[in-house]
Amino acid sequence: MAITTIIWLIPLPPLLAFFIIVLLTNRSRALSHTIAVGSALLSWLGSMIVFASALSIKHFGENPFTDSIPWLPVGDDWFLIGVQVDPLSAASLFFVAWTILMIFIYSVGYHNFGQPKGDHDVKGLPPHGASVIGADGHVHQVPSVEPMYSRFFAFIGLFAFGMYLLVLSDNLLTLFVGWEIMGLCSYLLIGFWYGKPSARAAMIKAFITTRVGDVFMLLGIAYLYSATGTLNYRAILYNEEVLHTLSTTASGFLGLSAAGLIGIFLFIGAVGKSAQFPLHVWLPDAMEGPTPVSAMIHAATMVSAGVYMTIRIFPLLSAGMDHGELTSPMMVVAFIGAFTALFAASIAVAQNDIKRVLAYSTISQLGYMIAALGIGAYVAAAFHLITHAFFKALLFLGSGSVIHGMEHGVLHTGKHIDPQDMFNMGGLRKKMPVTFWTFLIGGFALSGFPLVTAGFWSKDEILADAFGHNHMVVFIILALAALLTAFYTMRQITLTFFGEPRTDAAHHAHETPWTMTTPLVILAFFAVAAGWVGIPEHFPLIGGVVPNWFHDFVGGTLIEHPKAVEFNSIPLLTSLVVALGGLSLGWWVYRDIKTGAVDPVQKFLGPVYTVLKNKYYFDELYDFLFVRPAFWISETFTYLWMDRGVIDGILHGTSNLAYHLGGMFRNYIDKPVVNGAGDLVGNTTKRIGHGLRFIQSGRVQQYMISALIVGAVISILFYYLTNFAQ
Amino acid sequence: MIPLSWYLIFAAALFSIGLFGVLARKNAVAILMGVELMLNAVNINLVAFWRYQRPDIIAGQVFAVMVFAVAAAEVAVGLALIISIYRRRNTIVADNIDMLKL
Repeated sequence: MAITTIIWLIPLPPLLAFFIIVLLTNRSRALSHTIAVGSALLSWLGSMIVFASALSIKHFGENPFTDSIPWLPVGDDWFLIGVQVDPLSAASLFFVAWTILMIFIYSVGYHNFGQPKGDHDVKGLPPHGASVIGADGHVHQVPSVEPMYSRFFAFIGLFAFGMYLLVLSDNLLTLFVGWEIMGLCSYLLIGFWYGKPSARAAMIKAFITTRVGDVFMLLGIAYLYSATGTLNYRAILYNEEVLHTLSTTASGFLGLSAAGLIGIFLFIGAVGKSAQFPLHVWLPDAMEGPTPVSAMIHAATMVSAGVYMTIRIFPLLSAGMDHGELTSPMMVVAFIGAFTALFAASIAVAQNDIKRVLAYSTISQLGYMIAALGIGAYVAAAFHLITHAFFKALLFLGSGSVIHGMEHGVLHTGKHIDPQDMFNMGGLRKKMPVTFWTFLIGGFALSGFPLVTAGFWSKDEILADAFGHNHMVVFIILALAALLTAFYTMRQITLTFFGEPRTDAAHHAHETPWTMTTPLVILAFFAVAAGWVGIPEHFPLIGGVVPNWFHDFVGGTLIEHPKAVEFNSIPLLTSLVVALGGLSLGWWVYRDIKTGAVDPVQKFLGPVYTVLKNKYYFDELYDFLFVRPAFWISETFTYLWMDRGVIDGILHGTSNLAYHLGGMFRNYIDKPVVNGAGDLVGNTTKRIGHGLRFIQSGRVQQYMISALIVGAVISILFYYLTNFAQ
Repeated sequence: MIPLSWYLIFAAALFSIGLFGVLARKNAVAILMGVELMLNAVNINLVAFWRYQRPDIIAGQVFAVMVFAVAAAEVAVGLALIISIYRRRNTIVADNIDMLKL
């Protein structure tokens, strides 16, 4: 089979699985998850074959796998759609395939497959647990199976299709289609437990916030198409002539070139999708969905898609760049990324919900990648995207495992406490050893623990790039963010796993089934090993032992291969200090938290803590700036004033006018004139008849007298008139 | 020869007497008799005009004979009606017979 045929086929199994589950097998749980996991496995297999064959080709960037078909007639020409695997898509395909497969397998365990049905579970709410009679005759509370089990697998199938479509497409239009499919799926999955009002609010928030970015992205795509007549990556981004034309054409807006304006429009799309400031607000709320969804959205697919797209359009952003001088779109990108990295990391310090900490850490890490792109560190951004996908998927799945274990404890003790609050945990390392070790690896990778973890290599490369190209502001901000990252990660690990259990639930937590722990172990392997492919050549001691394969491979995606930054010990020392310093500080502050203790950071920071806890009041600000005006416009302005006031007013006015006009016609014309005339005729006739009644006495003789008189009068008159008329 | 005007004056007097009878009498039979007087006054006129104006054609006499015949028939019908009313209402007073009003 030709390699392009396989590429065409990769996205299809999850889509088919979606339709099969929705239409046919949704009544059978086992069949549904078998189909879903099977489809993910098929796609994974195809991806691995494609990845392996990509590795065997020299100068792959110049000769990528491409294939296209005519799709839409446009004038005399055809709009072509097709697939393309170049080094960037191959590397993305690798992490997407692995994480999606792991998440699919994990979901089986997470949704309690094999457990009894809940006593009073309803669709649209998380399972509440079931009571079973154990061997000793006592009634136990155990987790119950998810009521909408098949539905979940159908949705994540569609989600996976969207991501594969996005990674494999060779043009921005099909990328956008996959992008929007994921937008829909994230809406459906965040609101998976639609019985919860908070989930409903979160799904709407996510959808609308990302929609803001999508509108701009569509504008960018439209502009790009009208400027170049194509949306194909290679025709635009691998074509110096087109890039040069775009970068020298003025867009007529803020002095930007066409390339710059298109780049910024597309970047705003990525800001929405990858939850960058100021459109970051939806991502923490998206934690309302089931945990595999959080992993799906925050690691493997959706937010990565935003960064992937920004990496893709990097030639547009950097078009017109000379001698290391940043273009204005790049400065915007760098600023947004760096600011988001620090901003989100500072919020994460004050969150107690285990998943929310990870959500903010995701925003922060995505900011890292965006900032890296902004300063031109193309390969470093792609490298961090991939390592982050692995360790963040691992962390989310690990946190899901922790929550799952805690829920088990909550069911066992019967006391209702929040199973996601880290201050209710503690001492879980003995109860859940596999989860602990894998989570520790993921956490260390996130913090950039030196040498052994993947996160260290990718983060170090970004810092080295920032330092090497003399972007000191970005360097300092990112170093600070890295310090905070290490601190809150260790805070999370210490609170969750170390010390003694702070609640009975934590005391009774226990390890999750193999379907959940196996993906953790596999992802933990990648969280370490994914870094080995990108060790800088001149790194002390181990540099050059493994060749810096990643840089050469992904760098080949660009026309002009980016040069690896020269080794410098200052960024290395900085990243060592911030990682180790943050980690030790986190451990030292939280090593001994007792039940009900106040967060030491709260004591230390005081009012600043409250601001951080409330996420800088961005939700309140947006509520004030956008949500309430929107409500005001719809309820007061549109409904009360425009609809009820103006439109209804006009209608009511017209009807009142017609009513009164009719009344006037009736009262002044119809009644007096028409009716009056009619009545007058009738009444007069009646009155005359009435007056003449006496004549008819019935007496013949009177009649004759009358007749005689009349005859006489007429005769006399006739006589005189005829005589005197002459 | 007696002048024509004498006949005409007589006929007018007779007609007026008949008319007065028709209008003033209460008895229906007397009213009928008044009608006869009026018819005969007309007959006198007819015969007088024939004799004085056109004695050569006999139309005047024929007309008078026809009036007789009609008057006879009319009396027969009138009396029959009066008898019928009398039988039904037990009166022949004209003022009481006012059923035309209804």
